[in-house]
Amino acid sequence: METLLAALLGILLSAVFGAISDRLPGRWRRLAPAGLVVSSLLGLLPVLKTLLQGEISAFRLPWGVPGGSFSLLLDPLSAFFLLFVLGLSSLAATYAVEYLEAGRTGFFWFFFGVLTVSMSMVTLARNAVLFLVAWEIMTLASFFLVTFEDEHLPVRRAGWFYLAASHVGTAFLLLLFVLLGRGTPVLDFDLFSFPAAETLEAGVLFALALVGFGVKAGFVPLHIWLPEAHPAAPSPVSALMSGVLIKMGIYGLVRVLGFWSVPSVAWGKILILVGLSSGILGVLFALAQHDLKRLLAYHSVENIGIIALGLGLGVLGKSLNQPLLAVWGMGGGLLHVANHAMFKSVLFLGAGAVARTTGTRDMDRLGGLLRKMPWTGGCFLVGAAAITGIPPLNGFVSEFLIFCGAFHGLKAGGLPALFSYSVVMGLGLIGGLAAACFAKAFGAVFLGEPRNGAEHAAREAGPLMRWPMGILAAVCVLVGLFPGVVVEALSPLLRQVSGLSPADFSPIKETMTGTLEVVSRIAFVFLAGVLGLWGFAAWRARRGAVAKSVTWDCGFAAPSPRMQYSASSFAQPFTDFFRGVLRTRFPPTVLRDLFPTESALHTKTPDVFHEELYRPLFGRLKETLLHGRRLQHGRLQLYVLYIVATLVALLVWSRG
Amino acid sequence: MSAWDQALWVAFILLNFLLLGTSRLSVCVRVLSAQGFLLAALPWLSSSAITGHTVVLSAASALLKGLVFPWFFMRALDAAEVRREVEPYVGFGASLFVGLAALGFCVWLARALPHPSAVSNVALPASLFALMTGLFLIVSRKKAITQALAYLVMENGATALGMALLHWEPLVVELGILLDLFAAVFVMGIAVYHINREFDHIDTDRLNYLKD
Repeated sequence: METLLAALLGILLSAVFGAISDRLPGRWRRLAPAGLVVSSLLGLLPVLKTLLQGEISAFRLPWGVPGGSFSLLLDPLSAFFLLFVLGLSSLAATYAVEYLEAGRTGFFWFFFGVLTVSMSMVTLARNAVLFLVAWEIMTLASFFLVTFEDEHLPVRRAGWFYLAASHVGTAFLLLLFVLLGRGTPVLDFDLFSFPAAETLEAGVLFALALVGFGVKAGFVPLHIWLPEAHPAAPSPVSALMSGVLIKMGIYGLVRVLGFWSVPSVAWGKILILVGLSSGILGVLFALAQHDLKRLLAYHSVENIGIIALGLGLGVLGKSLNQPLLAVWGMGGGLLHVANHAMFKSVLFLGAGAVARTTGTRDMDRLGGLLRKMPWTGGCFLVGAAAITGIPPLNGFVSEFLIFCGAFHGLKAGGLPALFSYSVVMGLGLIGGLAAACFAKAFGAVFLGEPRNGAEHAAREAGPLMRWPMGILAAVCVLVGLFPGVVVEALSPLLRQVSGLSPADFSPIKETMTGTLEVVSRIAFVFLAGVLGLWGFAAWRARRGAVAKSVTWDCGFAAPSPRMQYSASSFAQPFTDFFRGVLRTRFPPTVLRDLFPTESALHTKTPDVFHEELYRPLFGRLKETLLHGRRLQHGRLQLYVLYIVATLVALLVWSRG
Repeated sequence: MSAWDQALWVAFILLNFLLLGTSRLSVCVRVLSAQGFLLAALPWLSSSAITGHTVVLSAASALLKGLVFPWFFMRALDAAEVRREVEPYVGFGASLFVGLAALGFCVWLARALPHPSAVSNVALPASLFALMTGLFLIVSRKKAITQALAYLVMENGATALGMALLHWEPLVVELGILLDLFAAVFVMGIAVYHINREFDHIDTDRLNYLKD
């Protein structure tokens, strides 16, 4: 624990150094990110020790704040999330050194460091006050990072959006902890008292946690800040936010669910419903997007949905006393947290590399970048294949675990079986749509011909940007090839979240690793097959048996790159099919004259929850509250009168 | 509890009524000055023993509240060229009635509040009444300078309350409060002067377009 605290202090010092580094000469300015990376790597040592060996270490100091104590605990669940906080922070920081390049970056490094430390504190805190303070610092630091390029109006707008949504979530959390901490002077987690799971009171607590943490995680319909904030933020920040920050919501939910050894069956069902709606709607909206980073943001919603499916199955298993279902579900959900952190970061970093060199994120304006940026394109391809759950990559492993859990759940019979069945169906649908979506994203951006010339100037990213992407992509492949090893390594975590005794847990773990061994073997065969086919194709091409030519152009005499299949046209069959949900707007195009000349078509798919739910709701709320402005008239005398009247009324009330 | 003591408290109450009923600002300032001297005189007449503490505070109170503050206010009145409080929110006649009601409330409140039995039955209502008068003047009058005056009346009430309960705060605290008051009055004088120069009036109700 001391090593970890020292590492966090190191990150904080680097952050402070970063804040004042703007005036220093160029070489010194690299010191802040360097300190950040070194400290993070140092912090990973105790984290890995706890994660792999299940060793728990605590740290406690009294704190003068009412209800507060500075109590920290490093257990496998915290360590698991810390691994990604520290690991991804160091990779994103390395990437950002090159990504940001010139300009005033001190501000960025300060908040980057603060964000990393605050996220670490969120995972470590075992006192409600400390937790909420860390949570708020995390929100504020990420707000300043989102609005880093605040010279653009949409960025400022997105920032406020994010801040408002986050604070609504925190309000729920505040209520949750106040309710949990009734009757204890110090709001430490281990002093809380919990009502029995099936009572109404426990239901209220669960609902508060679901909404409060759900805003951060991005459950539908609380997700609306994600597609605004992720594109607005600088790409390393998007990667960190999507990879780790939104997972803090999942962490909080798992932590709170862990307070009950036997949760309610209803919670598991609710989580599954939330997961289904987030997963399916997330991927549908992703399909309809033109902006690459906005598309990725919607995919975060989708993947959070998949995680919720896993957690829902796990909760069902725990409450129905079916340890097999509990371990598979929880394990799948948590492993998907890890996997999503890796492949989504690769994708955001890749998207950032593309946007930085071409100056646009509009997929309909990009094309043919694979030849210019083979490294970025390759990493993006690995990430895209992983996120769609294609073997032999890591996304497949976690979805496979959830599938297995759902098949175990089918045996439960009754309603749980129905829910398990819907998980199987929903996960299949999500996977298929995600594959379509990434075929569109990767195909439009990296394949085909350059569309409008911006790509001619495109250059491959430099080493500091390439290596983080490469490392992440490699981890994606390794986890996909050796899933059994990963599950073996995570067994302290799985035992903690499933709440089983070692004797009950070890046979389940044996089943899991055994199944995953088979998966691993199939993955190797599959990989060998793919490589063999690729080698054969390359060999044939070298022999000259295959001629290089233009793409088939429907017999058109003078094809131009603009006639390519565009991202929007690729997705159109899907978006048409789901137009009832998506409500894509087609402003009518009017063609005049017999020989119309230039014409244009713009489509836009605004978030249906934003347009139909929040905008009217908040509009109405604002109208109502505007009446309250009559109280705010600026007359000093009346303000004092309010105070006098209140004081006199209180006096009379207390004495009367 | 001497008869003199009682008489001073009654005078204190009557001075508050004078504040409520007059429109002339110079009268208000003189009332304030008189209240300051009254507060300085009270400890000498009450039954408790005279200590060095009382002497210092009494002298400071007489000097600041009786002489320095009124002098500041007179200068501010001259600088702002105002003589009368015109068109208050609550008229002077009505203010007297409100004052009567407030006095009744204070008498009730003084009985309802828990307090040591040694407190005289006039002192507590009188000091509460001064607090109420100050608050009411702030609410009902328009000139910035009247509001500053009313603020001092409130402060007098608070000091009187301290004396009524026979509970002196430590010397440092009392002196600190006096120093704060001194600074506040000083700032007020400057502010009134500047507001007047900028807007040609010191009517706070016409300053509300400065909101937001």
